Amino acid sequence: MSETTLGGLAGRMPKFIRRADPAVLTAFACIVILLLLGSLYSRSFLSPEYLLQQLKVASFLGVIATGMMLVILLGQIDLSVPWSVAAGAMMACAAAAYGPAGVALAIPFGVLCGVAVGIVNGIGVAYLRIPSMIITLATNAVAQGLMVVYTGGFSPQDSATAAMRYLATGFTIPGVPNAVIIWALIGAAMVFVLTRTSFGRAVYGIGNRERAAYLSGIDTRRIVMIAFAVSGGLSAFGGVLLAGYASKAAQSMGDAYLLPSIAAVVLGGTSILGGRGSYLGTVAGVILITLLQSILSVMQMPEAGRQIIYGVVIVAMLLLYGRAPASR
Amino acid sequence: MKDWRYLLAEQRGTLLALGIFIVMFIIYTTNHPAGFTANVVQTAANKGVLLAFVAMAQTLVVITAGIDLSVGMILLLTNCLASWLVVGTPLQTALGVIAVLAAGLVCGAINGAIVIYGRLQPIVATIATGAVYYGIGLLLRPFPGGSVNEDLADALTGKLFDVIPTSLVALLVVVLVVWVPFSRSEFGRAAYAAGSSETAAYMSGVPIRRGKFLAYALAGLLASVGGLFLTFFTYTGEAAYASGNSYTLFSIAAVVLGGVSLFGGKGSAIGAIFGALAFRTIGDLLFVFDFDPLWQPLFQGVILLIAVSLGAFALFRVRNRLEWFL
Repeated sequence: MSETTLGGLAGRMPKFIRRADPAVLTAFACIVILLLLGSLYSRSFLSPEYLLQQLKVASFLGVIATGMMLVILLGQIDLSVPWSVAAGAMMACAAAAYGPAGVALAIPFGVLCGVAVGIVNGIGVAYLRIPSMIITLATNAVAQGLMVVYTGGFSPQDSATAAMRYLATGFTIPGVPNAVIIWALIGAAMVFVLTRTSFGRAVYGIGNRERAAYLSGIDTRRIVMIAFAVSGGLSAFGGVLLAGYASKAAQSMGDAYLLPSIAAVVLGGTSILGGRGSYLGTVAGVILITLLQSILSVMQMPEAGRQIIYGVVIVAMLLLYGRAPASR
Repeated sequence: MKDWRYLLAEQRGTLLALGIFIVMFIIYTTNHPAGFTANVVQTAANKGVLLAFVAMAQTLVVITAGIDLSVGMILLLTNCLASWLVVGTPLQTALGVIAVLAAGLVCGAINGAIVIYGRLQPIVATIATGAVYYGIGLLLRPFPGGSVNEDLADALTGKLFDVIPTSLVALLVVVLVVWVPFSRSEFGRAAYAAGSSETAAYMSGVPIRRGKFLAYALAGLLASVGGLFLTFFTYTGEAAYASGNSYTLFSIAAVVLGGVSLFGGKGSAIGAIFGALAFRTIGDLLFVFDFDPLWQPLFQGVILLIAVSLGAFALFRVRNRLEWFL
């Protein structure tokens, strides 16, 4: 995997079409339909600038959804995303207030805070055998509590460092926003880990049947723990990028990313029960969700209508292809 | 074993929750500046009862080995609806109450239909329907406001014979009307059986689908009772995202404290009620000990974390490592 993601995708395209997952195809078909609908509504919808802008907005969700996908592939779920995102953003901004060293370490510190949340999740799920849904809700509450105590209940006044702003809004390659490049790099790394390493195989194995994976000599608890730590770290990194984008952190900045990240992964054909799914699907899901959000906001749909359409679309699409087998 | 020992083993979770609640409440009232008076009990009851209704709702679903992450949003939606409908003459008010309860039942039934007949995972399905219910609530009340029939509200949040909080009586009535008949019916047993082992229940010809569906629908109904009471306490309707989320979260905490197994098939709504009252009392302990209210979210989060980690003690009883993986 020395080539970039785009190159990698093009090289393997025939294979993808041969064994294409119907769910991934459906997701891509929906993207095309959304683009057509959008272009009917406004001419500028298909312009490269607009599409690139959408891709940039999608990359924040893409980074967060990458972590979520890893956890969902295990058959678990990470509901601590909202405050992992906020904690990452707030802690990175807070570190920036401590002189030059703080500025230099702002991004790693923010990500580490997310990893810490993820490790608590991982210990709970892997070693204490607490259902992931419950322990991640609890750590989310604890992270929220810590942030409320730290900020005094208001949005923190510290602002993002120049590096964070550069990562989120700058351009290294002319025309391609840095955020998109970061998403592509993280995506490429994820594809590599999932398809080319024993860790990735173990993730799929555990998702299919943890007992069988354990009996074949995989240290399943360590794998689950690492997956949760990575998910927490990526959520926090998403938060760092978001803070760079908005140039500061806010109290409930992560709330808007829980449902979309789960939805993006699941709409991309990854089974919520674990063990099945491809990163390409997640990419499709992320773009699909971002376009849907964008069209709703272009149409000036109020928040209430957005939430309703959002929930209905997710349920409807899952009913199309995300159903569990009937009990027989 | 004797009969009573079976009974004790069956009710251990509930009794433990009752014990925690009594200890916490004694600590709370002895340190409260006003002491153990009817007014203190009334305030505590009013706050606790709200969570108790939502926790009961969550229990019904958790018993079937599912989870309902939309209970808080159903509470918000019915709160917003009640702030429009539960007004006017006694007849209009009564119709309004019925409409609000029916709305809750419909929300729950939609969840149930999607999860059982649509065969989607309860977590994803209820997060998505929760977004829809929140959206509808926001449509009804873009800004906090509205009103409620204040005579009814005062009657249901006041004191009976100047001693007993009416909200506790209402809670008792709901338990007797909803939970007791459900848990003793064929469908209630089916819900327990489905949570304990769906395949075995299916093979034995238990009506698991109808049992689970009824559990989800009644959960919506109970959440709407909570929504009604929220309106009675605040006199307004408000679609606050954070508040809906925290009710969902606290309902799970209450259920766990109340000895209901998250793997399904074990526990009772009575336990969850005491779990809810205990959780509320623990949260309020901070106030009587004069802590900064800013610490409250962290304190509640830590309690939640400890409560859910307690279940890990069962690991010590595991003899075969393969039992780790359910």
